[in-house]
Amino acid sequence: MIEFTNWDILRNLLFATRWTVALSVVAFVGGGVVGLFIMMLRISKRKAAQRFAAAYIGLFQGTPLLLQLFIIFFGFPMLGIRIEAWAAAALGLTLYASAFLGEIWRGGVEAVPEGQWDGSAALGLHGVRQMQLVILPQAFGYVRAPTVGFLVQLIKATAVTSIIGFEELLRVSNVINNATFEPLKVYGFVAAIFFLLCSPLTWYARILEKRANATK
Amino acid sequence: MNSDLFQEALVAIASGVSTTLMLITTTAIVGLILSTLSAAAKRSGNRFLRAVVITYVEVIRNTPFLVQLFFIYFGLPALGIRLDPITAALLAMIMNMTAYTTEIIGGGLDAVPEGQRDAAQALGLKPHIAFIKVILPQALVVIYPALASQIIIMMLESAVVSQIAVRELTHQADLWQARTFRAFETYFVVAMIYLVMAVTLRHLMVLFGRRFISASIT
Repeated sequence: MIEFTNWDILRNLLFATRWTVALSVVAFVGGGVVGLFIMMLRISKRKAAQRFAAAYIGLFQGTPLLLQLFIIFFGFPMLGIRIEAWAAAALGLTLYASAFLGEIWRGGVEAVPEGQWDGSAALGLHGVRQMQLVILPQAFGYVRAPTVGFLVQLIKATAVTSIIGFEELLRVSNVINNATFEPLKVYGFVAAIFFLLCSPLTWYARILEKRANATK
Repeated sequence: MNSDLFQEALVAIASGVSTTLMLITTTAIVGLILSTLSAAAKRSGNRFLRAVVITYVEVIRNTPFLVQLFFIYFGLPALGIRLDPITAALLAMIMNMTAYTTEIIGGGLDAVPEGQRDAAQALGLKPHIAFIKVILPQALVVIYPALASQIIIMMLESAVVSQIAVRELTHQADLWQARTFRAFETYFVVAMIYLVMAVTLRHLMVLFGRRFISASIT
C-alpha cells in the first residue's frame, strides 16, 4: 500500500481548493449580474414583472440547493443537451445566488428614501441613469454587509456540488479518503480550508455592518 | 404510470416527508433550547464560557454543513464514536442550527433594554426567573421572524443528509429515480414538495407566533 504523508493530502486538497474558489467567483459574479436583473424586475412598476421576480426568488429560496442542482443536471439531458458537472454546478449556483442577491439588493433599494427618487426625477433623471447615479450608490451602503455575508454562504454552498460530481474540495477529499482511510484528518483539513476561506469574509462583513450602523 | 406505482410513490413520499419533518422538528426544539443556553452563557460574565461559545459559533458558521456531516458520520468512528445515520444527521443539524440561532437569540437579548433586568431585580425576581419571565419573552418578539427563517433554511439544507443514507425525502427521491430512471421528474416533484413544506411551515410558524408570542408578528 502507498503511504500518504500529510503533505500529500494537503497538497491535493489545496489543488482542489482552486475549483471551490473558481466556482464561488463565477457564481458570485454571474449571480450578481442575473440578480441585478431580478432586482430590477422585482421593483418594476409592472405587476407581471414583479410577480415573476417574486416567484423566481421564492422558488430558489424555498427549495433545497441539492435538488436545484439535480434538476439542472438531469433536466438538460432530457432536452437533448449534454451537461458536464462543472457546467451544472456553475449554472445552478449562479441561479441560486441571483435569487438571494436580488432579494438582498431589493431591500437596499427600498431603503433609499422616497425623496431621492422624486428629487432625481425633478432633476430630469429617469430609468437607468436615475438608478445608476442616485439610487444604487446609496443602496450600496445598505447592502454591502449582507452581500459579503451571502458570499460566505455561497462559498459553503459550493460543497453541495460535490454530490453531482464536480471536483471541488469536498469531492476530492472523498476520493483521498477512500485511499487513505483517515476521514478524521481529511475532513478536518477540508473544514480548516473552508474556515480559512470564509472567516476573513465573515469578519469583514461584521466590520461593514458596524460601520453601516454607526452612520445610521 | 399505473395506479400501483402511483400508490407506491405516494407511500415513499409520505415516508420521506415524515422523516424530514421529524428531523427538523427535533432539530428546532433541541437547537433552540441549546442556543438559548449558549446565548445566556456568552453573556454570563464568565470569560471561559464566552470564549467557548464564540469559538464554537465561528467554526460552525464558517464551514459547510455537508463537511460537518461527513466529519461526524465518517470521521468520528476513528475516535471510536460510531453513530447511525439518523443520529449523525440529527447531531450535525442540531450543532449547525445552534450556532446560527445562538447569534440570533443573542442579538434579541441585547435588544432588551438594561432597565428591564434592573426592574425585575428590584421586584425581587431571581436572575434565572427574570431571564425566563422578563427578558426572554421580550427578546422573542424581536427575533421570532429570524428564528422561523432559520428553521426553514435548516429544513431545506437537511436534503444533503440523504448522502449518508438517512431515509428522508431526498433519499426517497434518490431511490425512486434509481428504480424508475425518471430522475428529472422525480427531483422536480420532490423539489415542489419541499416548496410546499417551506411555505406551509412558514405560515404555521406565523400563526403560532401571533397566537403565543405577539400579535404583531408577520
